[in-house]
Amino acid sequence: MALDKNGIAKRIAQELRDRWYVNLGIGIPTLVANHIPKGISVEFQSENGILGMGPFPIEGTEDADLINAGKQTITDLPGAVYFDSSTSFAMIRGQHVQLTVLGAMEVSENGDIANWKIPGKMVKGMGGAMDLVASADNIIVAMMHTNKKGESKILPNCSLPLTGVNCVKKVVTNLAVMDILEDGGFRLLERAPGVSVEEIKKATAGKLIIDGAIPEMSID
Amino acid sequence: MINKEVKSAEEACQNIQDGMTIMLGGFGLCGIPENCIQVLVDKELQQLTCISNNAGVDDFGLGLLLQKKQIKKMISSYVGENDEFERQMLSGELEVDLIPQGSLAERCRAGGAGIPAFFTPAGYGTEVGEGKEVREFNGKPHILESALTADYAIVKAWKGDKAGNLIYKGTARNFNPPMAMAGKITIAEVEELVEPGELNPNEIHTPGIFVQHIFQGEKFEKRIEQRTVINK
Repeated sequence: MALDKNGIAKRIAQELRDRWYVNLGIGIPTLVANHIPKGISVEFQSENGILGMGPFPIEGTEDADLINAGKQTITDLPGAVYFDSSTSFAMIRGQHVQLTVLGAMEVSENGDIANWKIPGKMVKGMGGAMDLVASADNIIVAMMHTNKKGESKILPNCSLPLTGVNCVKKVVTNLAVMDILEDGGFRLLERAPGVSVEEIKKATAGKLIIDGAIPEMSID
Repeated sequence: MINKEVKSAEEACQNIQDGMTIMLGGFGLCGIPENCIQVLVDKELQQLTCISNNAGVDDFGLGLLLQKKQIKKMISSYVGENDEFERQMLSGELEVDLIPQGSLAERCRAGGAGIPAFFTPAGYGTEVGEGKEVREFNGKPHILESALTADYAIVKAWKGDKAGNLIYKGTARNFNPPMAMAGKITIAEVEELVEPGELNPNEIHTPGIFVQHIFQGEKFEKRIEQRTVINK
């Protein structure tokens, strides 16, 4: 069965490593924080200016001066720190953040990503996404494999305006885990539980590289 | 000590004119200079260019200026929470310049720091990079972004002293420090204004040299945009 959003987040959480600083985007990426593997320490950065972000506050303790980049009320954990926006993006641009997880509308086989603008629709703006994707060493995209019409979002080339070029390293969807090879192409690494290679092929418009038997994800 | 104290938001904003460029601190509705925004609305200033990460919501923050069509141009990174903004943008009444958030912050900082331009990888290969000088550093393409300054920068801090030194609280810091540096004239509204010497010099975020006028805001509504809580 294809993964739900929480399942995608659970699988991405397996990519976290001890002592990493991690920036989580809005949507599915935010859920990754709920599934940190036991025995490791990571700190979450939110680009509006906090490291050491904690869970949502208990009702009645919320503070208007304490929000994440999605403008949601949050808490801070012991060891947390606040900083201004230019320092925040110094952390990001300067590659002091080890992992960025963000959502996408489209990803292409050479690692381009589109996630900020649909022509003809209201443009909300790119926020911090362009800085994040241009700078991060390690970018994982969390997304659904296809859109609501069933059309692939894993493409040879993005059709929407780009957020960044040649930057995505790994994609985790409701169907599969894939990495993007230096010379192009999505290499299939894992299948969602019960999803066949054939189904993934059908849902992938970009170049899909299948090398040997593809294991099923292990998600508890 | 150079005393920067003014008595009110009205006094701080008295020389702001139609057509000026104004930076406003804040992220969403967090850390916005609510008292001065209300004065800009009341003064019915027109044709303003506003540099602010966001554009408020329909009935609060910069949304109040948008409702009265006082803004000619917005320079922002994300403007998605505002129906009136959308309407004015689609109808062409409002000019909008969307800038990656990190580039926006750094352009303000650079403006305040006397750095006219800098190279960043953000936006290369996208429409943000169109028409901008590209140069490769360490094998990676970067685009040239220019500094931003403003006739006025208006920031909001938690505590300040009469010398203009500022301390922010939580994530309400955000764009306030870089913008405080980039205003030809910078106005700071604070929740608590104290005498010089009452703030610990080790704990000040924005040195008073960047601030020309400071006052204690009459009231701070501090509205929450996305109240997300865990039930008791």
